[in-house]
Amino acid sequence: MKMPAPSAARTGVWVGIGAITMSFAAYTSALLVRQAGAQDWQHFRLPPILYLNTVVLLASSLTLALARRRGVAWVGLTLGLGLWFLGGQLFAWRQLAAQGLYLASNPASSFFYVLTVLHALHLLGGIVALGYIMRRMRAAGDGSPPGALGAVSLYWHFMGVLWLYLLGILALRL
Amino acid sequence: MGKLFAVVLTVITLISAGIFIARVWWLPPDISVLGAGIDHQMMETMYASGVLFVVSQLVLALFVWRYRDRGDGRAVKTFPGGSTPMVIGASVLVGIEILVLSLVGTRVWGGIFLSPPNPAALKVDVLAEQFAYYFRYAGPDGVFGKVHPELIDDASSNFFGLDPANDSTARDDVVSASLVIPVNTPILLTLHSKDVSHAFFVPELRIQQDFVPGLVVPLQFTATQMVKKEIVCTQLCGLGHFNMRAYLEVQSHDQFEQWLADNAP
Amino acid sequence: MTEQHGPPSGFLRKHVFSLDHKVIGKQYLDLALLAVVIGMVLSWLMRFHLGFPTTPVPGLGTVAPNGAAGGIMTPELYLALMTMHGTIMVFFVLTTAPFAGFGNFVLPLQVGARDMAFPRFNMMSFWVTCLALLVLLAAFFVPEGPPISGWTAYAPLSALGKDAGPGLGTGQTLWAVSIAIFCIGQLLGSLNFIATTLDLRTRGMTFSRLPVSTWAWFITSVIGLIAFSVLLPACVMLILDRVAGTSFFIPGGLVVSDRLQPHSGGSPLLWQHLFWFFGHPEVYIAILPGFGIISHILPVFARKPLLGWKVVITCLIAIGFLSYTVWGHHMFLSGMNPLSATLFSVPTLVITIPATIITLLWIGTIYGARLRLTTPALFCLGFISVFVSGGISGFFLAQPSIDTYLHGTYFVVGHFHFVMGVAAMFGIFAGTYFWFPKMFGRMMNEKLGKLHFILTLIGVYCIFMPMHYLGLAGNIRRYSAFTDDYMKGSLPLHRFITIAALFTGAVQLIFFFNLVWSRLRGARAPDNPWEATTLEWSVPSPPPFDNFGDHPPLVTRGPNEYGVKGVPDYVMQATPDHPAAT
Repeated sequence: MKMPAPSAARTGVWVGIGAITMSFAAYTSALLVRQAGAQDWQHFRLPPILYLNTVVLLASSLTLALARRRGVAWVGLTLGLGLWFLGGQLFAWRQLAAQGLYLASNPASSFFYVLTVLHALHLLGGIVALGYIMRRMRAAGDGSPPGALGAVSLYWHFMGVLWLYLLGILALRL
Repeated sequence: MGKLFAVVLTVITLISAGIFIARVWWLPPDISVLGAGIDHQMMETMYASGVLFVVSQLVLALFVWRYRDRGDGRAVKTFPGGSTPMVIGASVLVGIEILVLSLVGTRVWGGIFLSPPNPAALKVDVLAEQFAYYFRYAGPDGVFGKVHPELIDDASSNFFGLDPANDSTARDDVVSASLVIPVNTPILLTLHSKDVSHAFFVPELRIQQDFVPGLVVPLQFTATQMVKKEIVCTQLCGLGHFNMRAYLEVQSHDQFEQWLADNAP
Repeated sequence: MTEQHGPPSGFLRKHVFSLDHKVIGKQYLDLALLAVVIGMVLSWLMRFHLGFPTTPVPGLGTVAPNGAAGGIMTPELYLALMTMHGTIMVFFVLTTAPFAGFGNFVLPLQVGARDMAFPRFNMMSFWVTCLALLVLLAAFFVPEGPPISGWTAYAPLSALGKDAGPGLGTGQTLWAVSIAIFCIGQLLGSLNFIATTLDLRTRGMTFSRLPVSTWAWFITSVIGLIAFSVLLPACVMLILDRVAGTSFFIPGGLVVSDRLQPHSGGSPLLWQHLFWFFGHPEVYIAILPGFGIISHILPVFARKPLLGWKVVITCLIAIGFLSYTVWGHHMFLSGMNPLSATLFSVPTLVITIPATIITLLWIGTIYGARLRLTTPALFCLGFISVFVSGGISGFFLAQPSIDTYLHGTYFVVGHFHFVMGVAAMFGIFAGTYFWFPKMFGRMMNEKLGKLHFILTLIGVYCIFMPMHYLGLAGNIRRYSAFTDDYMKGSLPLHRFITIAALFTGAVQLIFFFNLVWSRLRGARAPDNPWEATTLEWSVPSPPPFDNFGDHPPLVTRGPNEYGVKGVPDYVMQATPDHPAAT
């Protein structure tokens, strides 16, 4: 079964980017309203591992960009870095919980968990897509990148950009 | 079928419009200083809409009758001027109507909701809960006592959660299940809700306002007639919503002072 | 080209998990049909209670022993039925049939594509929507019953949990989960519509040659993309408030059922802003495909081009854009800053202009026409009439100073039922009678169709016009009964409306019968029974699984070539096979 035409796949990803952007915009506006409206906002320090995770995620964008010319192993590397990022996020959530900050502890922690968990879920979708790309590249034998690599790359880079935005919002507001 | 459609549509249009014109079901007489402005706005819109409604439905009916296929194979005609008259006509006519209504309407709206609170207004604190209203007057000291949600106890009639034992300003607050006010006096209501969203509406006053849990929302008005009317809830608040009601009693100044004195705690 | 799937084999692949946009479109329409029947039955129960509050409904006490002991509806049952009626109708009928139903079947054909851009996502979107409906209907069967907070589910009533009232426990959570799932289904659908329209148009099908109905579905899918992307976060936060103890929408200090609630700092207005930011574009999602369908069908039966079709498309785009600027008009009296009321009122009034232009262009199309008054044509004309009626009542509500009186009254109920419950429904009827031959290869019965039309037209006016009178008199909506002292005088009018509603409901049996009978016994439909120009009419009825076979059509003209001199009086968009086409 052939994949959708490259242009349609890319359009699809752009549409998806639009939807995801809008939904995080909604969460952002909720955060701003919530912070402005009530007196119970309690700031906390972001777990430092988030910054390491950021570097890992940005590195994964680099490896994915290089994969176009260097082949399926680099896609695998990207996937590995993505998993490392997720592991790092898990660690961050554990750290917060150890400080007694859970989902419902206070509004700041609520937004922290909601935003980071949702980003992680969307990234997981990207990881699944990377796995699919790897399977197809191996099956094609000649290792040539399938048309969908462009579309998945676009999505993956967007996940990085989205994370940078979220990190900024969390650091500035939380 | 074209003729039937045209006839049916015409009959529907004329009956619908007729019932509006005959005011068979209509707004109750207004008893508020601002009521005339709202009613005027309503009538302006009614006239413009009425004409638009009748003309467009009748033109539709006429065109269907006139231009139905009668099997004579005649050529079709384009509307003279094409789409341009429609675009211009709609933009200009609707545009003017919007402009006029917005300008006038903003003044009316501003009069109700954007006027600074009148310092001479009688303040009444209103609490809405599932499914009743309670009204509080500041009493002779002119100051409302503080409310404490954790002290609210309907069983002992402490609807507002006042603490008269420790709070001297709360001791003389008058609490009532009816909104009793003097006539021709500016009133400032402060609306707050104990549980979920409610609303305050008196059709004769022409104004309504939602209660928002967590906020205190002001509402100003002046009643011009001594009547007893109903306050109804217009924001879905649960199963008793349909039954959530209180009385608005507008009395003379003397009667009101007497009532206030009679109901002092 | 697009994802090529071979001809489907096996029952499951052909009829259940089909990748074919035509099957998926019909599945959506079937889903909407099921939903509308449920929604209508709920409305009959509600109307019966409103018109005859002391008369027991036979059997109701058995079906709902807690909600209607002895057959008389309790207030909470009324509100539960009302909530489910609104939710089912708005989401599973009005968002599903005009857009996902007809759009899926017709759009790929109209652009000359083999299928949608992502057939597997398309199939997924249908089954996700099905799941959403199942989750919603499950609320009927949980012990406390369905939620009672209305389709608008305002917080904190919807966020507090069962302390706030019956149905607000599991029922409300199921509601929020169902809607969240629905959002995902819609987003997958929008994905397909946008990608297909942008990337899969056949040769010669430029944007200026796209049929107006395709434009309408395309614009709707963009609106939906943004709107549902905001509803989903709102539902997620509502679910978290309900089950995870967060306080996005619940402020502190609330005492509900004598219990001080353990929340603080949330904002009920935040829910309203998020909900209506979705909710207002949502009603345009419900009506815009109808605009497209009417604009598409009217010229076919008028035998002349749509007047100002480029202006129509511009107006559709303008409406789509403006729909995002007006959401506050649902919140004039909500406690938000009164200054913002003016900010929202102006675009609300301005949106009247493109809507008026489109309506005038339709009427101008009828001028000088040679109207063939078939059933689809009649529903187009009926659409114009009811949309004018509903639009005009909106004119009142758009002004904050008038809304201070009319908000929350039956005037609002009359308004939105005219534009959504009637106009959008007429769009669905028009589309059904029009495309039925293409979908099933058979013609629907014209006599039954005309009878259905004229009785329904009379019926809907009898139901919804009186609601405006009730509203002017101060009748409040969402009341389960009008108790003795307040508004007792409105009971006779409520009775009239109830009888009209039951009558009109019964008339719909004609339609259902026609649907079934025509499937089995309708006259065989030719490729192009209506003598229309667009691409869906250039293929057999019903089309083969890959629509155009090995010859994607070559389009050389726009969709408006009607009233051409000579016989036939129209020219189709695609030319017959051009030697260079391969």
